[in-house]
Amino acid sequence: MPNKHLIKEFEKQIGRQNVMAEEADRQAYAYDSAVLDAVVPALVIRPTTTEELGQTVRLCHRHGLPLTVRGSGTNLSGGTIPSSTESVVIVTNALAEIIEINAQDMYGVVQPGVITANFAAAAAEKGLFYPPDPGSQTVSTIGGNVAENAGGLRGLKYGVTKDYVMGIEFFDAAGELVKSGSRTVKCATGFNLTDLMVGSEGLLGVYSQITLKLIPPPKAQQAMMAVFDSVEKASETVSAIIASQIIPCTLEFLDNFTIRTVEDFRQAGLPVDAEALLLIEVDGHPAEVEDDAAQIKELCTRQGATKIQMAQSAAEKDLIWQARRDALPALARLKPTTVLEDATVPRSKIPEMVKRINEIGKKYHITIGTFGHAGDGNLHPTILTDKRNHEEFSRVEQAIDEIFETALSLGGTLSGEHGIGLAKSKYLENETSRGTILYSRRLKKALDPKNILNPGKMIGEG
Amino acid sequence: MADIRKLVRLLNELDEELVCCTRCGMCQAACPLYGETGRETDVARGKLVLVENLSKEILDNPEAVKERLDRCLLCGSCEAACPSGVKILDIFLKARAIITGYLGLSPVKKAIFRGFLSNPDRFDRLLRWMARIQGPFSKQIDETLGSSCARFMSPVIGDRHYLPLAKTAWHKHAHRRFKRPNHSGPKVAFYPGCLIDKVLPRVGDAAMRVFDYHQVDVFVADQVPCCGIPALAAGDRQTFEQLVRKNIQIFESVDYDYLITPCATCTSTIKKLWPLMTENFPAALREKVLAISEKTRDINEFLVDVVNIQPIGDQPISEKRVTYHDPCHLKKSLGIFSQPRAVLSALPDREFVEMREADRCCGMGGSFNLQHYDISRKIGQKKSSRIIESGADVVATGCPACMMQITDLLSHAGCGIAVKHPVELYAEALDKMGETEAAAHTPASEAKAK
Repeated sequence: MPNKHLIKEFEKQIGRQNVMAEEADRQAYAYDSAVLDAVVPALVIRPTTTEELGQTVRLCHRHGLPLTVRGSGTNLSGGTIPSSTESVVIVTNALAEIIEINAQDMYGVVQPGVITANFAAAAAEKGLFYPPDPGSQTVSTIGGNVAENAGGLRGLKYGVTKDYVMGIEFFDAAGELVKSGSRTVKCATGFNLTDLMVGSEGLLGVYSQITLKLIPPPKAQQAMMAVFDSVEKASETVSAIIASQIIPCTLEFLDNFTIRTVEDFRQAGLPVDAEALLLIEVDGHPAEVEDDAAQIKELCTRQGATKIQMAQSAAEKDLIWQARRDALPALARLKPTTVLEDATVPRSKIPEMVKRINEIGKKYHITIGTFGHAGDGNLHPTILTDKRNHEEFSRVEQAIDEIFETALSLGGTLSGEHGIGLAKSKYLENETSRGTILYSRRLKKALDPKNILNPGKMIGEG
Repeated sequence: MADIRKLVRLLNELDEELVCCTRCGMCQAACPLYGETGRETDVARGKLVLVENLSKEILDNPEAVKERLDRCLLCGSCEAACPSGVKILDIFLKARAIITGYLGLSPVKKAIFRGFLSNPDRFDRLLRWMARIQGPFSKQIDETLGSSCARFMSPVIGDRHYLPLAKTAWHKHAHRRFKRPNHSGPKVAFYPGCLIDKVLPRVGDAAMRVFDYHQVDVFVADQVPCCGIPALAAGDRQTFEQLVRKNIQIFESVDYDYLITPCATCTSTIKKLWPLMTENFPAALREKVLAISEKTRDINEFLVDVVNIQPIGDQPISEKRVTYHDPCHLKKSLGIFSQPRAVLSALPDREFVEMREADRCCGMGGSFNLQHYDISRKIGQKKSSRIIESGADVVATGCPACMMQITDLLSHAGCGIAVKHPVELYAEALDKMGETEAAAHTPASEAKAK
């Protein structure tokens, strides 16, 4: 139970209705989307203005209270689980104003709690395009996307969140406002604090305002589905497409287990005998799109695709993408617990990675469906289990360890788009070095001497 | 202390369902309440966590869980959007019943549910009495909508613009019995539901005109016990079960093909919640519940899928437009959305236009509107602005509770848009088509003679 005086102080500054101290409310902020244990915070604060946000950070600093900033709580690596039962959760979803969308200079300025899909829709209304599209975009916030450097289906051609962040204003650990970046295309002013803040997982500052780059939308698209009788052929096709210097906007992979599960779920007529599917979309100028689509079709055939289906209408295109959208919901229904990982390898290593994931599944007798962004090497091995079955879950944990070891041994990375958080913090040194951890901890210590900003995440306790 | 252990044991029975929530948070995008408040305890994921934590004795405060569980429209938007297929409404209703069983019903609810709702005769008498005295206390406010407001300050009504109670309940003068022994068409038992019976009898009348035109043989019972949803939503399983039994008694001696209701909520309650919440009934009674549930159809669904109604006359281009609001209990609970649109598209003098977010909840949520009027109205204001921007002069919807909420919203907006049930508009079109043609098919005169 949090200290009464402290609650009063927060209530006085932030307003009673925005301070949640009751246990039942605090329990609702003890978790995120990661399959990890919940930690009930001491207090939950929901500021409604930038001033209140700064005030909250200053109060936490004064009292040495650890704080975890949370948008919609969809984090898959535990980054928004409270650091301890003594900590404060700051909810940003009341800071959801789109401050500006500038069509002339092609940028947008938002508060951190703006929902990603709402921002993309507002940009589209002005004829502009915000490409990052994480799977949770209908609920995830821009602040969360920036903190985790979220990706999405369009990463291959358009990049991820970091490629669109032009500037960030944030409160440092003491609640001092820091401004970085600019609304200009070029900016060489000062330290590049904007890039430092992207992917910092709440350890270095609390965002109050974010400036995002917007681009013109592509004029035409063509979607297609290629069917393969072996995973190797499908993944070699991915390499062949990239090697031929065509960059599709989306290039997605589904393995046989996922295909069958999706078909059971939707009965959309997917080829259940196929060992793998590639869902491909090219976009751009109409002539270029036509050209690229024809070339990809030919490449797929040459690589041994047994069937290639080109979308002839918006409805057919939607059908193709429905299969991809259904992958997670269909898998998630098979077992109570779904562990969605995002180990990522260089694109040429996709065949090897898919093979090794299947072997790991067999070795530990667990069910893994694999789908994901083949075009950028970002796979989502999805483990289906029941966390109540402790014996099985410990095998799941061993399998996860081995999946990450494998990804690293193939020259890959621990996270393509979900971040490190609590879940993958123990592997970080394996990918980087002891020096990297120490350097990061020294940086954190210099910027946050009281260690109140999301302590314990990513680089562990220093 | 034995009691709290019993509470925990009962809640533990929900574990198989609770564990399926993967905390992905996708329910946030769909939840109209969360859309207004942004509070995690207002969205399904947060509520499921609280129920789970109570059942695992991580949290020892059933009052706090009940209070947060009660803040829900039960619209089912979250369930329809849930990637993991969690049966959220089943869990909520069962958890409400279990926790209410433990904490007890509030005295006011107890008086209403056990004193009146569970006794249809007494309930009718109460409403008849209220209908008689409502005159001096209310004044008409919008002629198109037929809405009224309170003449004096009233804590219960506030500044709601409501539809006044019918002078007599609809079923009192409906008097319908099957009368075509050799009839080959469908035989239906008609179940108006409380709101149409007591507030919107014009919808019941319209349904009868439509049935007569299409030679559907109809039975209307002498009594209309409530389907039980208000009691169930309040966690009063005892009253709910009593009402199910009363309904079974009425319909078990009737030989019908379909039980038709013009109320989305009643349809969804009878079809889905009766089977769900009567698992402990004796086998013979349980069978009767399943039989009645199996035969139940929404009236739009019946008209389109069974009667196979066709567009009326030529479809002249008209300035008049009708739009449609999807009641949550029809679309999200039962998957019925094309049939009401087909009914509206059959109208000869109106163009059907879609509003944006037609399936966004109107914010009524039954008693939620009584307990949380401010939030209910805020949610509803999004709906009314969608209706207004559609350019329609009539908004149709297949749920009398939505009709009341939308009437309140549009009456406050003063925009001159009428609120109707699709079957009303269809009946009006049949009437306009010509008395003579309609009369040729109408056994109404017969009905009155008897």
